[in-house]
Amino acid sequence: MADRHKNVKSKYTEERDMPGSFEGETVTRRRFMTASVHTMGGVAAAAFTLPALGFALGPLFSRVPFQWQPIGVPSDFPNNTYVAKVLTIVPGVGEVGKSIAYVRARDPSIDTEHADQYNQFVALSSRCMHLGCPVRFTPAAQRFICPCHGGVYDFRGVRTGGPPVRPLDRFYTRVRNGLVEIGPRYSVNSELHRFSPRDPGQPLDGIGQYLYPKRFSTSVLPKD
Amino acid sequence: MPRLPAPPLPKILQPKPQRPGSGNGKLAPTDAAAEAGLTVVDWIDERTSLSGGVRWMLFRKVPRGVNWFYTLGSATMFAFLSQAVTGVFLAMYYRPDATGGAYESMRYITDQAFLGQLVRGMHKWGASVMVILVFLHMARVFFFGAYKYPRELTWIIGVVLLILTIAMGFTGYLLPFDQRAYWATIVGVNINGTGPLVGPYLSDFLRAGPEFGATTLSRFYAIHMLLIPGLIAALIGAHLYLVTKLGISAPPWLRVEPDSDPQSELQPERAEV
Repeated sequence: MADRHKNVKSKYTEERDMPGSFEGETVTRRRFMTASVHTMGGVAAAAFTLPALGFALGPLFSRVPFQWQPIGVPSDFPNNTYVAKVLTIVPGVGEVGKSIAYVRARDPSIDTEHADQYNQFVALSSRCMHLGCPVRFTPAAQRFICPCHGGVYDFRGVRTGGPPVRPLDRFYTRVRNGLVEIGPRYSVNSELHRFSPRDPGQPLDGIGQYLYPKRFSTSVLPKD
Repeated sequence: MPRLPAPPLPKILQPKPQRPGSGNGKLAPTDAAAEAGLTVVDWIDERTSLSGGVRWMLFRKVPRGVNWFYTLGSATMFAFLSQAVTGVFLAMYYRPDATGGAYESMRYITDQAFLGQLVRGMHKWGASVMVILVFLHMARVFFFGAYKYPRELTWIIGVVLLILTIAMGFTGYLLPFDQRAYWATIVGVNINGTGPLVGPYLSDFLRAGPEFGATTLSRFYAIHMLLIPGLIAALIGAHLYLVTKLGISAPPWLRVEPDSDPQSELQPERAEV
């Protein structure tokens, strides 16, 4: 029985002519050496590539903290027009980190969305939901108008014309110690349901909320 | 090693051989000085064989009928070189500081630095020139059918170079950090963000966070002056290697002429390296 197999050459032993190799061997010293050198090269390359890549991608995954910013007393804000307030969105970078919010008191006759402690004052972001240009409130028209591509929003910030894909973003507001404070940004769909903040140009109606998922970097409202 | 054939110098520039019987076999000092350049080139060439590569690249056969349209590729490359040189020197004065230093340093370059306005202008207008030349070059290759077999890979690398050139335009546009630069970048990043599924994360990557922040400018600056130029230079090398290796294509209006001598290499479609 043993003799019958003796002269059969293994089909896996390709380098049988090399010194030191033997019949039936599948991993010769040369193949082992080749594999180890390639592995070491790969480890060495990964040792500098992966940290550098992680360094560059880090901001995607680190959540940005936020602070409640006082913007005035409740009597500053009527419910039939908006007051522009300058906010610091990113601290420490001067003008670049500033943004404008349009604030008014909630008017239950027009603000039909669900009321809670965070929307007693309606604070709309001035960021156009087409591509992010700054909109301005035009009191005579009771509209928000974007200078870049003609986006128009009604008094509640809901799009009524032009290319924007959803209503203006909003900020959480609350009243603490007699002051109106403004918190993190959130996005709304056309029924003013709240979503975590999305960038302009990303619709939230229908399939939009799945095509443009929540990011890991945006501020969240603490549970309190 | 075998001596390379002499370059095709005009007769007046070739060294005169000594008359038989004169001299002692050594070069006179003046002749040695006159040939110093050649000696240095020979010394380097004996150790590197570089001249073979240069000859391979420059003294190659080209098809009959090549014309000025064939210079658009070189023109694009020189536009890139101009951008690289002026960019390096602009970087000596520029500060990627979002709190106002960037704009101030641009003002210094434009208003005060000697020739600053010129060098900045070359970089700014050269950028537009490069984009235009890239498209003209691409149109030439398309309309001449020069992307066809075996030059598909050259075309693909060219398309990647086009994308990188556009990315250079996008990242460079922010650097002056005036109102136009800021808002154009806001809009551009948000256009990026409209890509389904990956868009939101891509714009987070570009901005280094959910909002335009302290490191967005330096991130754009690093991409603009380190990452993409390196890629472009490497890919231009690959593009040129393929151009030389495959030869350039004949203009489409040339027809194959029946040749009495089948061994002739002068048929335009046979032109090869």
